[in-house]
Amino acid sequence: MNFQPLFLWTDILVWLLVLACLTFGWTVARTPALRSSWHAVLARPMGMASLVVLAVFVFIGLADSLHYRARLDNGQLDVEVRSLLDKALGSLNERSERTYSAPLATHAQARETIEKPDGRQVRETPRLQHGGAHLADPEKDWLADVAVRTATGLMWGALVSLSLFMLLALLMRAVWRCDLKTAFARLWLPSPAAIAWRSLLMTGALILLATGVITSLAGGYHVLGTDKVGQDVLYQTLKSVRTGLVIGTLTTLVTLPLAIGLGLLAGYFRGWVDDVIQYVYTTLNSIPWVLLVAAAVLIVQVFIEQNESSFSSVAERADVRLLALCVIIGLTGWTGLARLLRAETLKLRELDYVTAARAFGVSGPRILTRHILPNVQHLILISIVMDFSGLVLAEAILSYVGVGVDPVMNSWGNMINAARLELAREPVVWWPLVAAFSFMFALVLAANLFADVVQDAFDPRVSKAAGDKP
Amino acid sequence: MSLLNVDNLSVRIGGVTPVDGVSFSIDAGESFVLLGESGSGKSMTALAITRLLPSGGHITAGDILFDGQQLQFLPESGMRRLRGSGMAMIFQEPQTSLNPVMTIGEQIAEALPPGSSRAAQRAEVIRLLDEVGIPNPQTRLHSYPFELSGGQKQRAMIAQALAGQPKLLIADEPTTALDVTLQAQILELIRRLARERAMSLLMITHDLGVARHMADKVGIMYAGQLVETLPVGKGRGIEQAFHPYTLKLMDAVPNLNRAGARLAAIPGRVPPLDQPFHGCRFADRCEHAFSPCAGTPPAWTALGQGHAVRCHLTAVSDARSKPEKAVAATVIPPGQETVLKVRDLEVTFIQRTGQLFGKQRIRAVDGISFDLAGSETLALVGESGCGKTTAVKAILGLTPVTHGEVILDGQRVSGLSERQFKPHRKLAQIVFQDPYSSLNPRMRVGDILMEGMSALDVDAPSSREAAIASLLEKVGLPQDTAFKYPHEFSGGQRQRIAIARALAVKPRVLICDEPTSALDVSVQAQILNLLVDLQREEGLAMVFITHNLAAVGYLAHRVAVMKEGKIVETGATRDILTRPQHPYTQGLLAAVI
Repeated sequence: MNFQPLFLWTDILVWLLVLACLTFGWTVARTPALRSSWHAVLARPMGMASLVVLAVFVFIGLADSLHYRARLDNGQLDVEVRSLLDKALGSLNERSERTYSAPLATHAQARETIEKPDGRQVRETPRLQHGGAHLADPEKDWLADVAVRTATGLMWGALVSLSLFMLLALLMRAVWRCDLKTAFARLWLPSPAAIAWRSLLMTGALILLATGVITSLAGGYHVLGTDKVGQDVLYQTLKSVRTGLVIGTLTTLVTLPLAIGLGLLAGYFRGWVDDVIQYVYTTLNSIPWVLLVAAAVLIVQVFIEQNESSFSSVAERADVRLLALCVIIGLTGWTGLARLLRAETLKLRELDYVTAARAFGVSGPRILTRHILPNVQHLILISIVMDFSGLVLAEAILSYVGVGVDPVMNSWGNMINAARLELAREPVVWWPLVAAFSFMFALVLAANLFADVVQDAFDPRVSKAAGDKP
Repeated sequence: MSLLNVDNLSVRIGGVTPVDGVSFSIDAGESFVLLGESGSGKSMTALAITRLLPSGGHITAGDILFDGQQLQFLPESGMRRLRGSGMAMIFQEPQTSLNPVMTIGEQIAEALPPGSSRAAQRAEVIRLLDEVGIPNPQTRLHSYPFELSGGQKQRAMIAQALAGQPKLLIADEPTTALDVTLQAQILELIRRLARERAMSLLMITHDLGVARHMADKVGIMYAGQLVETLPVGKGRGIEQAFHPYTLKLMDAVPNLNRAGARLAAIPGRVPPLDQPFHGCRFADRCEHAFSPCAGTPPAWTALGQGHAVRCHLTAVSDARSKPEKAVAATVIPPGQETVLKVRDLEVTFIQRTGQLFGKQRIRAVDGISFDLAGSETLALVGESGCGKTTAVKAILGLTPVTHGEVILDGQRVSGLSERQFKPHRKLAQIVFQDPYSSLNPRMRVGDILMEGMSALDVDAPSSREAAIASLLEKVGLPQDTAFKYPHEFSGGQRQRIAIARALAVKPRVLICDEPTSALDVSVQAQILNLLVDLQREEGLAMVFITHNLAAVGYLAHRVAVMKEGKIVETGATRDILTRPQHPYTQGLLAAVI
């Protein structure tokens, strides 16, 4: 074997989460009520479109969560930990320049003193080692080359989209048991209350077109430029996706047991239990959040530095710090949901079906799991989806303050933090900030739009459940 | 000339047509009552007239002519001028219809026509409050809604509606949320105001008594259509009705004269309104249905004196055999053995008062005592807040007993801990009022029925499936019910499930906490019949909590009247209903309409 798989802590948790999601999906498919709610989510064009965007991000994140260490020619393991995403992006990581260069540039951004073969020293912007290196005369050929590459990319994107459309039609023909023409019509023509296939196809096609163009351009250029040490910004941004997703999801894993457990207990048992739990969360809420997180992160950092020797690679150390950050944000961020669940439980416990269960002598924990928990599920789901985007932003804020993820780890927060100095340069280095910002914006916007649709579908106050009552 | 003329009105919301071709007219000074069960489209008709339909709803056809104006073409600004001064509306729930952070004086002044001085407004508000019978209007003016009782809130809302001097008052179930005695007062008030101001009244109700009391003309709605309009009063009553649905509705109302006899329940339920209809909408529930009913929608037939009906039976003179008198069944004699004995039961709550650390004891149940024998029904009658629900919760061990004894089947259960009480829990079970909140929406019906059995270890686990099947049969539900979720059932069916759940543990005492007050009249009759049947078959002792004295006569052997936590009068049903001794009971009886 010329590589050895490496399981970082967050990798294991991320894949466990994927497993949990698949189990949840299976339960949904078997429960008619849940299935109809999720169907309502997918029937909304907005829900479908944002789900596709999210799925692309998740796909990138998962590809980046399979790590390995390559075996070098001398039989030793490489110290560098690489992921499947690194492998897929291939040369993107390796083709670094000396320092800053603008997107699609052929020359470096800053002037340097260069010694000509004839011994003269001139100050000019040198040609990049990789960006546009294939061009004989950049001044003349650049525009044509970029145009050709863009067109090729678009063509490939369109081709792949069309073939995916075909494939989907063939697949659905088997599922719906109809002829191909009907399958095409059903996929393309919008019909109310059906799954929004057209949004799926359109969003997918747009993403594929963009991917095509970027891939085609990335063959000869740095599409989003390079940063201070000459690393490709596109590569960094893509690697940051995983960091954002991990923070957004794993933190929830820490939050949920605390929020659900304490919220339900406080609401159901009231009395001194409620007093203690309320005391804890009001105290926690009254400490400034950034201060609390900063203190905790600094403690963890000291711990990591003292145990430097127990980490075999930089990646492992950075990973432990990422995990610690998730736990810290989770431990300080459960109060909102707990408060919400407490209030809902206070309301539910007075309902007649809970009283009926008590009249049967059903025990407290059993009432909580069978009667209360299933009836607050929609609140939990809505708040998970809504908190996700907040957590992605929180990572950026904390890294900006300097208490976020490890500085060697790619993250949007670190990129934005670096942009503080880059924006002060002359001429301005704007591309790392814009790249980080647009990717983060896409993810957060998609998550928020998706959360809106989920809320509409699951919140009984908004939708159809009202129609049940006379 | 009529004040309001509605012609062929149809309303559509999404895929549903809640109002389909409704026509009626109201003369100046006339009271028109729209009578119907829930889902019949009566409220939607009123909302369409005021053009306040919920979002997504619109008028698809028809003319609304009010005071010479075509309402459906009126711009929204014109409509706004009309609301208040032309027509005003009062709603069912005074709790939510008044803004809790504004004083009632401000809210009424808001509805006054603009342009008068503050002093004049104030004087007018005081006059209005006085007119609707709120004492001390000068000081009450500054009260917030929470400082008023339910009846006073409803009066304040009526004052607000009157502020614009409307020609038409639309009242949507104005007394449904109120107690019997208050209901009579409010209805009397509305009637007096309408007469004094020569105001027309459009009243919406599901209650035959209210209709009989208030109407000059009644329109009966069924499944989105008006099926009969008939004048009431001047020696004519609703009893003159022709349509089989109206007649059935009247037979379905329980009262003392029907004690022991089965109520006339209408089988089935109101059809959903998201489908096209081909024949008479009532055909599949009608016992007189014959060939044309299924295929042709019936046309209006005039029966003279403003009485018109939409029924095929008018064409054939004696297609209907005279409705056979309800089968008189014997009243089940109560058993000898006492199963529930309550002695000096007292429940007090500690309530925080406004002051810091201030506490106050509220005596919700204040020393009640009664005995209940097997197969006997005791009706606990009282208005809301009299402590009847608290009393039964204390009997069931759901609320701690402060003082007194509860003896279930010879064993003292009051004052026991949760664990000590558990073995006795199967002796007494409860059926709640609201069938929507009493079933967990996330559990299958089978699991709901199973819960009590497994918690209290009734039946061997292997025989529980069979037990559920027989329970469902007993309460008249199909066998596949066990695999469905509660939201797939109507209110009446849910109440059957709730009854099955209580019976699953084979109790000796069944406590019914207003089990029919959230249901429609025809469904209410089905449930009451079921309870009487079950009592006969199982020898159940029942405590039947109600505020409705009429239902008491139908099924109770004895009545206990509760007021402010005490039983003020108790005795055999017939004695209480015919010769009440306590003034409070007399008042309750007088308020029944």
